[in-house]
Amino acid sequence: MPDIQKSLAREDPLSQPPLVSVENLAFERDDTCLFENIDLTVNAGDILQIEGPNGSGKTTLLRLLTTALEPRSGFIRYRGQSVTACRHEYLSDLLYVGHQPAVKLTLTAEENLRWMVAASAGSNNLSIQEALQLVGLSGYTDLPCYALSAGQHRRVALARLLMGQAKLWYLDEPFTAIDKQGVAFLESCLQRHVDAGGAVVLSTHQDLALGAVRKYKLEGQGRGLRS
Amino acid sequence: MTRQFNSGFSAWLKRDLVLAYRRRGDAAGPLLFFVMVSTLIPLGLTPESARLADVAAGMIWVMALLATLLSMDALFADDHRDGSLEQLLISPQLLPMPILGKMTAHWFITGLPLTLASPLLGLMLSLPAAGFVPMLCSLAVGTACLSLIGGVGAALTVSLRKGGLLLSLLVMPLYMPVIIFGSATVGYALDGLNWLPPLAALGAMLAASVALCPLAAAGALRITSVN
Repeated sequence: MPDIQKSLAREDPLSQPPLVSVENLAFERDDTCLFENIDLTVNAGDILQIEGPNGSGKTTLLRLLTTALEPRSGFIRYRGQSVTACRHEYLSDLLYVGHQPAVKLTLTAEENLRWMVAASAGSNNLSIQEALQLVGLSGYTDLPCYALSAGQHRRVALARLLMGQAKLWYLDEPFTAIDKQGVAFLESCLQRHVDAGGAVVLSTHQDLALGAVRKYKLEGQGRGLRS
Repeated sequence: MTRQFNSGFSAWLKRDLVLAYRRRGDAAGPLLFFVMVSTLIPLGLTPESARLADVAAGMIWVMALLATLLSMDALFADDHRDGSLEQLLISPQLLPMPILGKMTAHWFITGLPLTLASPLLGLMLSLPAAGFVPMLCSLAVGTACLSLIGGVGAALTVSLRKGGLLLSLLVMPLYMPVIIFGSATVGYALDGLNWLPPLAALGAMLAASVALCPLAAAGALRITSVN
């Protein structure tokens, strides 16, 4: 009987599992509970903004979502399957830009992108030159990254987003150090990505000038705020 | 254009080699240490070639070990600092393969130059002619073991700000069999014995290290990169 239900469920497009769903996630650091009972879903076409005061665990939540950290309890599911069971598919389908942009200072922007692409399996829409041109670094391809500014390092990391075909983008404070035009450009990229059926989870304190942004608020039960 | 199977091994190997080439000064550190300390030995001990010849093999091995240890803590620390390690942890490939790539690159950057420079040191320390080939062979195999085993220690201490001393304490016991069989290879040759058995033992250690050390380092990185 459960088998029949399952097969019925598969035929019904409405009951398709969400792209990513998080159930009852809890995480503690140094015996202090950072957060618990986190439930959220991310569907294709979603932009989910994680909000919260400093130290409330935005970065930690994003790192939990990327499986770089292990939760104390709870589940993360990708298309209805636990991410530990479909790790390779899940990780192939996500791109994460963290606090540090993972840019090597002694390599040029082009070399940085080349290894980022080589290190992450999967095909690409754009060539490295095209991506660098899009993010406004076409004149800087042959300079080592230590000659570039912090905002330009961010742009290198963002060029990688444009190149990949990953459905899920996890962005930790993506607007840090980026100028006004850059912010507008990144917002248009996010919009285009979700219009094409992708999904974005990002943490930022900035209000996005985008239409459909869902917000998820972290309360911050950390030590400082509880007392 | 893209290969079907991409283990991440070659991407990380190539990247670390390019990085080392860009920072040649830093990369040459262990080699300089190796050569400089060797010039001090005749001054501190005795310039008499008969007495030097007795200790030459052991001295060269001790210094090769220390020179490798000197460069070990940078293996993952730089990547940890700029966020690339995080990207490594969430790459869809099996984690040990990129790590093996990094360890291999470490051998190319330190172990191989040490091996190639060792005949010069052999001359300075008046190593008998029969010892040169066994020394080259044992150093080539032995320094590869050192890079692999040291990588596990580097992974364990990656999030510590001053992990250097702890790293030495952790890997020193594991380095002992390597140096015993390494200097025994040269010693057997000088005594006119068959030097292949100790070299074969080194080879067995290398085989075990290639199989186990990337796995151990991957496990260690998953635990230590939490902070």
